[in-house]
Parts: sequence; structure tokens; C-alpha cells
Amino acid sequence: MEHQRRALVRWLLGTGVGASIASFLYPAIRFMDPPDIPEAPVNEAPAGKIQDLKANSGKIVKFGSRPVLLVRVDESEWRAFSAVCTHLNCTVQFRDDTHQIWCACHNGLYDLHGKVISGPPPAPLEEYTVRLRGDDVVVARRT
Amino acid sequence: MPTEPVIPTESEPGWFDQRLGLASLRRLMGHKTVPLHSASIWYYFGGITLFLFVIQVLTGILLLLYYRPTTTEAYESVQFIMTRVKFGWLVRSIHSWSSNLMILAAFIHMFSVVFLHAYRKPREVTWLSGIALLGLVLAFGFSGYLLPWNKVSYFATKVGTDMAGSVPFIGAYMARFLRGGNDVGGATLTRFFGFHVAVLPGLMTLMLMVHLILVQMHGMSTPPWVRNLQARQMPFFPNFFLRELMAWYGALAVLGALAALLPWDLGEKADPFSSAPAGIRPEWYFLAPFYTLKLIPSHVWRVEGELVGLIGFALLAFWWVALPFWASTRDGLGRTKLVTGAGVLLIAYLVTFSALGYWR
Repeated sequence: MEHQRRALVRWLLGTGVGASIASFLYPAIRFMDPPDIPEAPVNEAPAGKIQDLKANSGKIVKFGSRPVLLVRVDESEWRAFSAVCTHLNCTVQFRDDTHQIWCACHNGLYDLHGKVISGPPPAPLEEYTVRLRGDDVVVARRT
Repeated sequence: MPTEPVIPTESEPGWFDQRLGLASLRRLMGHKTVPLHSASIWYYFGGITLFLFVIQVLTGILLLLYYRPTTTEAYESVQFIMTRVKFGWLVRSIHSWSSNLMILAAFIHMFSVVFLHAYRKPREVTWLSGIALLGLVLAFGFSGYLLPWNKVSYFATKVGTDMAGSVPFIGAYMARFLRGGNDVGGATLTRFFGFHVAVLPGLMTLMLMVHLILVQMHGMSTPPWVRNLQARQMPFFPNFFLRELMAWYGALAVLGALAALLPWDLGEKADPFSSAPAGIRPEWYFLAPFYTLKLIPSHVWRVEGELVGLIGFALLAFWWVALPFWASTRDGLGRTKLVTGAGVLLIAYLVTFSALGYWR
């Protein structure tokens, strides 16, 4: 009887302390989880003037909160890709000497269609559409 | 009748002794000894690591007076410290250099524990607490690296947090937790600052106390090849302590020379809309995994290379953490040759891949 009473007290004390700790920890852990901040969907973004980018060169443009690599392959051909390397999230760049897209972080190489040529990237770069409106260059998400 | 004044005898404890119990501390220190043998020099590196950590705390407190943890002000505030604040360049340079030297000292301390086989029974928990401290020191390095908000640190954080995101099941949560959102940005900087100046120092203090208490409890370990223990012991206080003090002066001299002659560079301000610069690489202590990730192809069989790398690092870390357990044998002799070989192999991997990561 004595043993049972002690066991009951021990169980109540243990679960009480455990529940108290859980009630402190749960809100703290939830607090550390950052809330979702919805972004307005971006379907196209201005990418500067045609004359700002020479043939065989590239630049990073803002597409909402994401970087996009705009490449002017030659006088008339333009391409755009997500600039986020599919390997470990670094921002890629256009190499005018090799006509390839290169990630300096882990030496990933993509061709000018976004396909992986060599290195560790596991997937191609997402391609965007480039539209020319008068003097303006506009990058748009592919539908 | 006038009473005779009571004159305290020499054996009677003084004012402070009575109130603080200094006599027991003296007795404790009097009993502590350090084994003397051909490899005794390696005993100094734990103390050197601790000394450099104290310098980190002191210079970190000074930097806190001017540093501002926002994306618009972080870089400028460090620039202000380095160019306008009196001795600011020196304080920042000492903070950066001593963090690197502290990590180096911690690695030397860990490998000396391995090669002197000081992880053996009953010091398994001391080993585990030491590994936890090494993890915390690396976390200090990773979180502090972002704080100046320069290009290299920005991309290093992108890579580091993205790797955390590859962990199966909990990766996405971990990456969001570390970044404070979906991408590295202002929320990440605020979080890393919080980790660096509040969470990690708290954990470090706690773990350091556990580690030091365990070292005190078990005493200094003697390598298995040293015999006749009683004959060769050095009193900890003052003999070893004074020698340790000289080692700290040596560390201070190296630190001062590096900080003054090679002031730590600030680099270019981070720009989330610029490409990762050519020649980008992490701090030297992350170079080996960095180069390994470069070598792993996009897919190994059907698994993504990134995940394969992560699993490999996790297995390697687990194998290393569990060292005292797989190194022990029932006869008590232990697999010392195997451990020495494993230590040499690990050093060879770290040195070779770090060098390749630096130069290639």
C-alpha cells in the first residue's frame, strides 16, 4: 500500500514536471519557426534596356525576390534562367570566354539551355522567356 | 580586568579564507598533478583553446558596442569599426584571427587526445563533451562569418544552410529555422547574431563547465605506453600553471603578430543579386567538406550527389564521435593502433582536401 502510494506520488510529480517543461518548450519551439510571409506572385520583371547589355554577356536581374540570369547570346538572341544553382543555392554567372553558365561555388557548368554539362548540380536551371518591347528587355516566367 | 588581545596564529584561516573556503581550493590544487613524459607538451593545447575563447569573449563584447545586425547597417558598422573607431581595426582583427587560432587549437587538442589515447575508460563522456565543444566552436565560426555581411560570407551561408536543407525529413524545417525564412536575408542575419552572441555562448559556458569538471574529476590521462606513473608527476600548481601561462603568452604573441601584420579583410558588401565571385571558398576549417562536395557528381547511382555527401559526412562524424566505444576492448588494452591509424587517415584527408580546396 505504502509502495503504491509512493509510486502514485512519483508518477504525478514526474508527469507534472514533464508537462510543465513541455508547456514551456512548445511555444518556444513554435516561436522559432519563422512565419510564412506571402509574396506577391511575379510573372514578369523589367531587365533594363537593350543597349545596356552587349552581345556575348550576361547580368543578374531581379525577378521579385529571386535572381535571374539574363544572357544576350548575340545581337538578336536573348535567354534567361533562374540564377540559383540547383546544387547548393549559389548564384551562377555567364562566362563570355566559354559561352557557358558557371557556378563559382562548386564549379558547376550549364550550357546556354540551362542543362548541366559537368560538376555537381543535379538538375537544369529553370528557363525564363525574354521579351523585347521597344528598347526595353522584359523577363517573364514560362507558362 | 583587561583582556589580552587575541593574536591570530599562522595556522588560523584569514578573513577571506573563512568566508570563501580558499583553503579547500588550495588543497584541491595541491593534489592535482600532471604526468611528465615525452608527449607532455600536448597537454597545453586545451588551456590554449580556453585562453583564445576568453579573448573571443572580450573582443566580442567590444565589437558589440558598435556592430548593428541589419542588412543595411552590418557591413557599414564593421567598416566604421575598422576605419573610425580607435583601435577598431585591431579589435576586429584580433577577434577574427583568434577565432581561427581557437579552432586550430581545438583541433590540435582533439587529435592529441586521440594520439595519447586519453579518450579511454573512464573518460568517454569527457571525449563526448569535448566533441560537443568542437561542434559549438565551429558553430561560432559559421554564425560569426555571416555577421560582416560581405559577399563571401553571404554565399557561404547560402551553401551551409542549403546543405542543412538536404537532410531527409527535417531538412526543410532546419533550413527555414536557420534562415528565419525561405532565403538568406535580414532575418538570417538577425538569427545568426542571436545565436552568436547569446545562444552559443550560453551553451558553450555550460559545456565548458561539464568538460572542465570531468577533466578535474578524472585527472590528466597518461598514455598507455608510459609506465611507472608515480615517479614522474608535476604539481599542477604552480609548476604546470606557470608553464601554461607561458604558453598563453606564446599564443598571444602569435595572435598579436597576425592581427597587426595581416589585418583581417572586410571584402565586398553582400548583394543577393550578384553572382558568386570566382575563387570563392569557405574558411579553412570547412575547406575539406567544400572540396569533397565539388568532387561528388550530380548523381551517385540514383541518389543526388549532395545527399550522398551529406550522408558520408554524417557517417564520418558519427564514427569519430563514437571513437571511445569502438576503440575499447574487453581486456582493457583497447585498439590503440587502429585509433592511431584512423587519426592519421583523418588528418591526411583533412590536410589534402583542404589544400586542394584552397588551390584548385
